[in-house]
Amino acid sequence: MATLVGGITTSHVPAIGRAIARDLQGDPYWKPFFDSFPPVHAWLDQVKPDVAVLLYNDHGLNFFLDKMPTFSVGAAPEYRNADEGWGIPVLPPFKGELDLSWHLIESLAAEEFDLTTCQEMLVDHAFTLPMALLFPGHDAWPVTTVPVCINTVQFPLPSAARCWKLGQAIGRAIQSWDADKRVVVIGTGGLSHQLDGERAGFINKDFDLKFMDSLIADPTWATKYSIADLVELTGTQGVELLMWLAARGALSDTVKKVHANYHIPISNTAAGLMVLENAV
Amino acid sequence: MNASVRPREIPGTTLFDGTQARKGYALNKMCYSFNDAANREAFKADEDGYCTRYGLNDTQREAIRARNVLQLIAAGGNVYYLAKFAGIFGLDVQDLGAQQTGMSKDAFKAKLLAAGRN
Repeated sequence: MATLVGGITTSHVPAIGRAIARDLQGDPYWKPFFDSFPPVHAWLDQVKPDVAVLLYNDHGLNFFLDKMPTFSVGAAPEYRNADEGWGIPVLPPFKGELDLSWHLIESLAAEEFDLTTCQEMLVDHAFTLPMALLFPGHDAWPVTTVPVCINTVQFPLPSAARCWKLGQAIGRAIQSWDADKRVVVIGTGGLSHQLDGERAGFINKDFDLKFMDSLIADPTWATKYSIADLVELTGTQGVELLMWLAARGALSDTVKKVHANYHIPISNTAAGLMVLENAV
Repeated sequence: MNASVRPREIPGTTLFDGTQARKGYALNKMCYSFNDAANREAFKADEDGYCTRYGLNDTQREAIRARNVLQLIAAGGNVYYLAKFAGIFGLDVQDLGAQQTGMSKDAFKAKLLAAGRN
């Protein structure tokens, strides 16, 4: 059976792509952010994943409002990205992991998740930038991938409790995958930020820090909040913590914190990073 | 409107619910088309003609002409698609934030830096 090596949660702000393209990692604005990643690289070197399951939210690259799935799973041999309208640097394509894609789809459907399956899928910055942050300096990506997309564009969004359960089901599916592979789960987005409206620039450090602590000590803590509560507390885009919650749900009840960082601001966003391992 | 779906009032915030999605479909569809560089060029070459092709109403066309984010949101625009419209003019989310809050970009950035020190 496959081994679930742990989970990583990180922000995915588009400006990160421009900073990488311009080699700004040592710039005073960017340094506190990029300096938090070498411990993650060291952990990845140690646990050596073969496959990454990425939980992310599309921002209007692959999905439009004509068809907006709540949960979608990629089942493509390859995933490409695009400039998204603002000339963001385009990264090399990502290889899929078709056996795990279909095993996930079968397992999640058996657990009553009604999915959209995607044999063609463009992946946006919420997928590509975490990959670039976690696996820098490689000619080819060292892992194959399975994208899992959660709708955060069109309300109603899936509840925090539902995303937690999705994550739990993903964790069970990975551990029942009949393959001698090592799998890492990555949840991208957040933390608190708001791009739109007169409240643009809203950040809630207290809530973010409580949320990060809760993922260790009381992982279902955030599931008590409604989506409207989460928007009020974390901003219209802060609701992307749903992906963190789902990634955490894939891990065991008790986890060990390998690494964490929290930094304000990257662009309009409070940037968070955590690496968690199943405690045995 | 059915009370059970009445949107939560959060100051300075518009939830992109069914009401907004219905109102903004043409506007958002046009902005989604800007994922493609050729469409961005076509818009720049003939803004009004491009808006006509997507069936924008007068309010939406005026908001597009004014490059006004709050008006675009009020007209049903969703920020993820609007960001692609803003990208045509080289504007990033901090430019959008500054415009929506009536601040200079420097003042908006300073506000965010201050949030980290609190």
